[in-house]
This record gives sequence, C-alpha cells and structure tokens, in this order.
Amino acid sequence: MMLVLFAFGLWLLGWWLNSRLASGPQADTRMVRFLAPLIFGLTIIGIWELLVRGLEVPLVILPAPSVIAVRFADSLPILWADFVQTIIKGALSGYILGCGAAFLMAIAVDRWDFLRLGLLPVGNFVAALPIVGTAPILVMWFGFDWHSKAAVVVVMVFFPMLVNTVAGLREATAMQRDLMETYAASYWQSFLKLRLPAAMPFIFNGLKISTTLALIGAIVAEFFGSPTLGMGFRISTSVGQLSLDMVWAEIVVAALAGTAFYGLVAMIEKAVTFWHPSQRG
Amino acid sequence: MKQVFAILTVIAAIVVLWYAACVPMNIKGVLTEQERAGAEVQPPSAKDRRDMSEIGLTLDNSFAIPATWAQDRPRLPAPHQVAVELWETTVLKKITSKRSLIYHAWVTLSATMLGFAIGTGLGILLAVGIVHSRVMDLSVMPWAIVSQTIPIIALAPMIIVVLYSVGIQGIIPKAVISAYLSFFPVVVGMVKGLRSPDAMQLDLLQSYNATRGQGFWKLRLPASMPYLFTSLKIGIAASLVGAIVGELPTGAVAGLGARLLAGSYYGQTVQIWSALFAAAILAACLVGLLGLMERSVLKRMGMAQ
Repeated sequence: MMLVLFAFGLWLLGWWLNSRLASGPQADTRMVRFLAPLIFGLTIIGIWELLVRGLEVPLVILPAPSVIAVRFADSLPILWADFVQTIIKGALSGYILGCGAAFLMAIAVDRWDFLRLGLLPVGNFVAALPIVGTAPILVMWFGFDWHSKAAVVVVMVFFPMLVNTVAGLREATAMQRDLMETYAASYWQSFLKLRLPAAMPFIFNGLKISTTLALIGAIVAEFFGSPTLGMGFRISTSVGQLSLDMVWAEIVVAALAGTAFYGLVAMIEKAVTFWHPSQRG
Repeated sequence: MKQVFAILTVIAAIVVLWYAACVPMNIKGVLTEQERAGAEVQPPSAKDRRDMSEIGLTLDNSFAIPATWAQDRPRLPAPHQVAVELWETTVLKKITSKRSLIYHAWVTLSATMLGFAIGTGLGILLAVGIVHSRVMDLSVMPWAIVSQTIPIIALAPMIIVVLYSVGIQGIIPKAVISAYLSFFPVVVGMVKGLRSPDAMQLDLLQSYNATRGQGFWKLRLPASMPYLFTSLKIGIAASLVGAIVGELPTGAVAGLGARLLAGSYYGQTVQIWSALFAAAILAACLVGLLGLMERSVLKRMGMAQ
C-alpha cells in the first residue's frame, strides 16, 4: 500500500516539476523542451515500477521495468541476433529495394502524363489498404527466411513512397521550369538541377513514413512463419511461454530501432534539405 | 474522362500481368498434375523439371498454360478464381455461415469500429488538453510524436494474451489494439488542426472579448476539421490493420485475420487471396466513407477546396 501511495506522490512531484518548468522563465528554451518529456517519461516508469510492486501484479500480466531491464541486459546476444535478422536483413534490405523501385517508378510516372493520371489514383488507393495481409502469401513464395520479410516490406513501402515522390517531382513551379527552358536545359539537366532538389522534402517525407512501415512489415510477417530467430518470432513465442519480460525487451529493441531509423533519415533530410523553410527555423 | 480511361488502362494492365504471372508461378505444379493424369510432359522426369526455369518449362509445355489458371491450390491464383471465390463466399453463402466472408468481415469490422471510436475519442480529448495546457504540451506531445516512429503493433500479441489471462476475450482485446493504433495519429493531427488558426484570427476573437471556451468552439474546433479528417483516414486504416493482426496470435476462429492464417496453414491460396481482397474492399469502403463525410462536412462549413 505504501508503494501505491509513493506512486501517487511521484506523480504529483513529476507534475509539479513540469508545471514549474512550463511556467518558469525558461519555458521556451531547448533545455526545457528536452527536460519536460524526459521527466514525464521517468515519472511514468517510476509509477509503473511502484504500482507493479505495490499491487503485486503477476509477471504474466505486467512485468516491472526493472525486471525488463534485467532481462534486456541478460539476453543481449539473443536480442542482437533478432535485431540483425529482422531489422538489418528483413526491414532494411526491403526498405532500400522498395524505396529505390518506387523512386525509379516515380520518375517514369512523372515523365509520362498518362501513367500519372492512371497509376497515381491506384497508388493512392493501394497505400490505404492493409498490405500487411500479403504477408502469408509472400511467406509462402519466398520461404521462411528474411527474403519473404524483405518482400513484404517492399510491397508495404512502395506505394507511399511512389505517391510522395510523384507529388514532389511536380513541386517546381511553372516559372522555375520556364527558366530552365530558357537556359536550354535538357530534360535530365532540369531534372537533376531543379526538380529533384525541389522534390527532396516530399521524398524524405515518404522515406520517413516508410521507416515505420518497414519495421511493422518485417515484424508482422514473422507472425506468419520464420526461422527460430527474429523479433516477431521471439515476440510470438515468448507470449506463448508467458515470459512477458522477454516480450517487453523485444519491444524496447523495436522502439529503439524505430526511433534510431527515423532519426537517421531525419538527420540526412536535414543535411540535404537545409535550404527548405521548415529546416531553417 | 481521360483520367478514367487512364485508370482503367492501368487496372487492365495489372490484370493482364497477373494472368501472365500465373503461368510461370504455377507451371511446375500443373505439370506434375498433368503427368499424373497421363499427359505427355517435357522433360518427363520430375527431377529434371525441378532444375529447369519456369519460362523454359512453359515454352516446352505450352499445352498446359490454360491449366495454370484453373488449379485447385495454385501458388498464385488467377484473378477470376479469386473473384469466383469472393462471389461464392459473400453472395451465395448465408451470412450466418462460418464460411461466409461477410460474417468474417463483420467480426473484424466490429472490432475495428469499436477500437476506432475509442481511439479517436481519447485522441481528440488529449489533443484538446495539449492545446490548452502548456504542461501537457511540453511533456506529452514529444512522446506522441515519437510513438509514430515505433512499430507499436508489436504489442498486439501480448495484449491479446494478457487480456485473455485476466478473463477478457472476444472483441475487446482487438478493439484495444485498434484503439491505440488510431489514437496517436489522431492526437498528432488534431493538435496540428487546433493550432491552425493564425495569430490574426486569435487576436480578432480576443478583441471580441471571447472566452477560451468560445474561442475553442467557434474558431479552433471548426478550423481543425480538415486536419481531423485527414488523420481519421489514417487512423481507420491503422485500426483495421490492428484488428486483423490482433486475430493472428490466438488462432482466432473468426475474422479476416483468422481466414488469412487458416489459409496459410492449409495452403488454401485462393482463400488467402479472397480474404485479402475482402480486407482491401473493407478498407476502401471505410476510407471512402470518411472521404464522403469529409466532403459534405467541409462543404457545409464552407471550407471545401
């Protein structure tokens, strides 16, 4: 009971700290913008720990963060092997293939108006469908190993990437295109020097959406069959064995991988589109 | 008009490619069946055929091409096989039948809608809180944004099993997954929408001596509608994926996800494809419905583009 009261006190403390920060004189500095979510996150983890211990929640329902951390530290080799199998082999190779293919397709779609008129609505339509459902088919075709996961990822990222890239390639204004024309620029010159740079914010938007989709595709595809390795496999088997601390450890890995992947793409975006108003602020 | 023609051409091209792809995909299985039925197959030994390329086999055995579109359990079913299966399991079956796709789609749809309603409601509430409270903005909003980069769907199997172990099963666990998947896109979109009125408009309300509540109901909420609908469309698609994935880990007996899983266990490819198309049609209907609502609401509010 004491621990439950402690949890309540911790909540009040965290809230008080953050409201002090938010209404204090430095409310708009980077420090506060970084500190406030950190305090909030730590408060949540603290409350989680105290409540689980205080209410004696069984391990099979919700393990305490400390238990998860211990499990995480103990099974680093397994987690690393799963990470390599799912993220590096499955998600990343599929991501590169899918985004690359979508980019090339987008150039073709942009070049021929007929394709744009016909393929873009279809692409928009397909982008909203539950493509994860193709996983059982692709697992059947490409086997249980990472190739089928990469194939699922390719299908998942292709259409969002295509739609975004095509929208980006149309971003340069008529005035700018006319200017290139007056310079007697060829198609590829005006493509490389004007339209591709102008499309970059859109392309990176598509790339960023695709990072999450790639991880979702690679993990969910493993629910339909995988070698005895991989994050989706580990999650589904650990759930079956009711060792939820392992499941949470995998989810921590997924969360870290997801944010790192996204952050990496966002960093490249910052370097490439430094000229764009949204990056100059 | 030109656009309709273009779309139809692209769809026709996809169908033609699909039929063409069926031939090399299914030729090996077909040749084995034909050989058993007594037909003469080139080359005659199964071992040689295994090492040959699919294209070469097709060229040598062109008589078998029609059979690749009519196999019982093909690797890639032809479009008409999927269409026939869809027709038989929707229109010709009674909806109460366990083999009716409408029954399975309803199981998935009900979980999706329940979860979507909960997720959207909570998401809008949190967005209102974030816009009006500086503390919440600073502490919660970064996490809501980060959550968009995490494959939170990985939590799905655990939620199903944990809720099962405390005695909750059926529609609720799937709805929980649908709810949290639609929750975060709605929060992020709605915060953007509620913040979309510019300083000039906020100042105008201030000069009218409007209260915060009035400012919310008369300016912020109406201004957020286009953003809300955009995120609702993302949210409902995510909800549907959540409900489908939620049906996988427990070996659920009903629902589109269960159909996918059962099909993949028993090699019933036509069943997988028809379930997949049913899911796609369901998603398209849901998103289309939201699109219609968006159009009529924005039109009435005078915001239609």
